Amino acid sequence: MEQVIVNGVYLGSQYAMIALGLTLIFALMNVLNFAHGQMYVIGGFVTYTFYGQFELPFVLALLMSCVTLAVLGALIEKFLFGPVIRRSAREESTMLLAAGIAFLLVFGEKQRGVPKIVDGVFNWDFRIIIPYDRVLICFLAILSIVAFITFMQFTRTGRALRAIAQDRVAAELMGVSVNRYSMIGFALGAMLAGLVGGLLVTITGVNLGMGGPTSIKAFMMVMIGGAGVISGAILGGFILGMLEAVGLAVLSQYGDITYLAIFVALMIFLAIRPQGLMGKPWG
Amino acid sequence: MKRRNMLMTLTAALALSVTQGTAALAQNPVLKIGFVGVTSGPAAAWGISNQRSMETRAAWINEIGGYKIGDVTYDIEIVSFDDQKDPKRAIAGMEKMAQEGIHYVVGPNVDDGAAAVRPVAEANGIIYFPYAFPKALYTAPASNAVLGMVANYQSGPAIYKYLMEERGVGTVAFIAANESDPLSQRDSGRAAAEALGLEVVSANVTYQVDTTDFTPVLTPVIRTKPDLLVLSGVTPANAPQLIRSARELGFQGLISTETAQDAQVLRESAGDLANGFISVGGASTPEIASDDMNEFVARYTEMFGEYNDESNTKVYALEYILATLAANPAAIDDVEVFKQTIDAFEAPNPYMKGDAKMRYVGVSSFGQRRQIAVPLVVNVFQDGEFETLFVAEVD
Repeated sequence: MEQVIVNGVYLGSQYAMIALGLTLIFALMNVLNFAHGQMYVIGGFVTYTFYGQFELPFVLALLMSCVTLAVLGALIEKFLFGPVIRRSAREESTMLLAAGIAFLLVFGEKQRGVPKIVDGVFNWDFRIIIPYDRVLICFLAILSIVAFITFMQFTRTGRALRAIAQDRVAAELMGVSVNRYSMIGFALGAMLAGLVGGLLVTITGVNLGMGGPTSIKAFMMVMIGGAGVISGAILGGFILGMLEAVGLAVLSQYGDITYLAIFVALMIFLAIRPQGLMGKPWG
Repeated sequence: MKRRNMLMTLTAALALSVTQGTAALAQNPVLKIGFVGVTSGPAAAWGISNQRSMETRAAWINEIGGYKIGDVTYDIEIVSFDDQKDPKRAIAGMEKMAQEGIHYVVGPNVDDGAAAVRPVAEANGIIYFPYAFPKALYTAPASNAVLGMVANYQSGPAIYKYLMEERGVGTVAFIAANESDPLSQRDSGRAAAEALGLEVVSANVTYQVDTTDFTPVLTPVIRTKPDLLVLSGVTPANAPQLIRSARELGFQGLISTETAQDAQVLRESAGDLANGFISVGGASTPEIASDDMNEFVARYTEMFGEYNDESNTKVYALEYILATLAANPAAIDDVEVFKQTIDAFEAPNPYMKGDAKMRYVGVSSFGQRRQIAVPLVVNVFQDGEFETLFVAEVD
């Protein structure tokens, strides 16, 4: 039981970080960013290149992932999403655009990995076994989430982003530069994807195929928590992490039915509460 | 006026260069060989090593003037299609090959894709070389598929027997991705282990193929404390993560798989934790590799930047197709002639030292010759490199 809880918290912290960026972009622009998983993958590849290949310090490589993805996110918003959203009345166009940029990756087909950042395994009498690097990543993920919430709550930029998320027109009428802050928000969402990609490459490695499944899990978390709600994404992430850990422990002898059970539960849940746990009923 | 002249000059130059290029290409007739397999997603390494092996060998052949089949020397062109590990796309890929008049195709890489393309291949006169293990593909009345590697039910028993005798293995646990290939490999592996007298302590745990962190998945398996953990049908992307998680969970026993792996991927993603990992290697070792194999590796590395150890096996399918056509040129447009030819076919194996032969095998497994003979090389990973554990032959 202790092991299940630890696994759930660890998975949940990862997932919450992935969902945060996705829900931020959705809140600001009403765009389902299908390329979010690919941004996560690019973050992993950047850390792999600087830490694994150039042997620079991990923190510096992580910083490079954040900067690269923030710049990439800003450019994508400026030159791809922004113009399409302004010109198109149809939401499908932006969704297709997001799917389209998923093909930008050029890092080769192989699984890539980097040296562990911390060696050793915590073993409490075989009741809880967890490698120290996972503990560190879990801690850094939770720290990043706290930093992100603080940023959104107490900075001028954070307040502007929240204002746009609540009511885009009203925010513009109050003098918020919507276009500028949309770009900043998109860059921030992409940066979060880069950060989590950079953190997790030390544990999971990275390959070109990881983006799609990551996006699907991120959508599930956002649906559980409520689309466009920061606290919902965090809650959704931890709930999905805990469900996965419990499912893998309890259902493993029956085969790989954990996600089947989660999807069935999600369908029932959304039928009862389509706006998710923290979302507003009017969308 | 000057601008018009310049445009005309440019157009003429362009036309000349295109004509010259066409003339160069038209020196030999072109023989198209197809590839339908997975070159994207977590299993991309399997298909990409196929495609790149074929492209490397084709470029090599074309560079030295082509491949002589009967009285005609052909340039080789590889026509590729990414099936994304999706049977529906595999069918589309095989239909594309049929539309292009291609009779010989390498792939698909996985069981369901290989099974799905069978009707298309049979209806359109295509011989295909899958890397998939269902016996129904190679057993009569099926006759158009030729297995391109050693199957797990051929390599598994050899590995388990070796580990029982040499390492005292008595208990075994299997873990597989929840997909048709790994599951069927797990089932046949389990049957082989039980037939040899091994005690199977866990075989029900499976994982999603897109799993990135295997610690929660492996925890119940490791608690059964097996002597040997078998990663059935594991992809090169998942193997290092599984090994790393198992070792981090305190597993001290042996870990093996019957699929081919890549040393660089293991080195990068699992490091020293992968020491002792046993896998079926590419069909070559420094002891048996010929000069041609070494040149192939050098050319592949030059073309694509890095080598993939799986290509030691994947290089063979194209070679078999061309050598068999050379043995009976009438087969170039008639796969029935090809089928008749393979029963007695034998040619020098260019990738092995000594007097090794290329020939079709599989009689004991399939009742007919529907498998190419490649060496069964069982490797152990040690300090960043594969070391040969033993070499054997099928049939």
